[in-house]
Amino acid sequence: MSKQRKAVALISGGLDSMLAAKVIMEQGVHVEGINFFTGFCVEGHTHAIREHNSSKPNRNNALWVAEQLGIKLHIVDVIEEYKKVLINPKHGYGTHMNPCLDCKIFMVNKAKQWIVENGFDFIITGEVIGQRPMSQTKSKMPIVSKQSGADDLLLRPMCAKNLPSTLPEIEGWVDREKLYSITGRSRKPQMEMARNFGIEDYSQPAGGCCFLTDKFYSAKLVDLWKSQGTKDYELDDIMLLKVGRHIRPKPHFKLIIAREEGEGRFLQGYKKEFISLYCSSHPGPLALIDGELSAEDIYFSARVVARYGQGRDEEQVDITVTEKDGSERVIQVKPFTKEEVPNEWHV
Amino acid sequence: MQVLKETLNARRLLCPLPVIRTQDKVKQLQPGDLLEVICTDPGVMHDIPAWCRINGHTVLETSSGNHEYIITIRVGE
Repeated sequence: MSKQRKAVALISGGLDSMLAAKVIMEQGVHVEGINFFTGFCVEGHTHAIREHNSSKPNRNNALWVAEQLGIKLHIVDVIEEYKKVLINPKHGYGTHMNPCLDCKIFMVNKAKQWIVENGFDFIITGEVIGQRPMSQTKSKMPIVSKQSGADDLLLRPMCAKNLPSTLPEIEGWVDREKLYSITGRSRKPQMEMARNFGIEDYSQPAGGCCFLTDKFYSAKLVDLWKSQGTKDYELDDIMLLKVGRHIRPKPHFKLIIAREEGEGRFLQGYKKEFISLYCSSHPGPLALIDGELSAEDIYFSARVVARYGQGRDEEQVDITVTEKDGSERVIQVKPFTKEEVPNEWHV
Repeated sequence: MQVLKETLNARRLLCPLPVIRTQDKVKQLQPGDLLEVICTDPGVMHDIPAWCRINGHTVLETSSGNHEYIITIRVGE
């Protein structure tokens, strides 16, 4: 009896990786999923923080996909290791701060380590030639295979027929004839495959699964690095970039102002790390101040925060300032007008 | 055999970090042990049960209040 072969599938939560895993499962291979958490994954966070985002199911799509496929999913924390990928990508950034090619190489390399440690035979990804301009082109696919160290243990079932045979195909662990030759950005072939497999519900992330492909998020990251004078970050830094309005009136400090209740609750958790402000005479948002501030800066910030509360048209409102040690004081300020908070301050 | 009951503080972590911390903690436990996970991200009410279902663990109880979400898990085989 032939040995039961085992593959690990990189599961993003999208349709392509779901189909790739399904194709290989259909060939009798034991498949388990792996998902890497870089800190920049869109999955979960935005609807976890924000109250009003009920249009999308409140679920982690990678877990959901694994459950639909009936496979285990291993979620791996790569936050620390990922820093070197983002801070100094060998192949550079994409349109924004997305180091897609380095990221793919990194993840496949991690998957390679994982299969060695766990006695698996090969790696599956949902990559499709031409699907993404930076990392999923025919010329980039061999780079990922080679530089990740996975070499011919990396199988892309969705476009395998357009690529050289890999070890699982050569050894007959999978039948190359039952693999696919999808190319390009059209989603029609994948949707047809989904229909054929009886898969009716799947996630279709419009902007990819990573905050680094987002123009506004990338701008905040660049601003963070510029203000620090160094390209580095901690997890809390990059989490806070996902939350609230970021307003930098002066180079040495920035305000993070909650846009709604869920964000306000999230920012509450950082009151020991940052000076915080809220309007105590009228309903208004919580704000954190990131930076070293003079008394004048705090007064200035209070006027900005007052602008975003319901007392914005009053002559004077009360702003409670809470220090990191929890001590509070109340100051009276005149809210800035809309014109006094110029667009250039918005990061 | 004595059943352990451990508590994992996953407050302030956003999904999938509570799931990752749960996964890592469960690896240290034995089948039948209990793990109580305390979180503040409401997403855990979907994600931790989903993770348990696909990995063969059982959610015994869930509760919430005061913006905290508590999930008790029995570790599977």
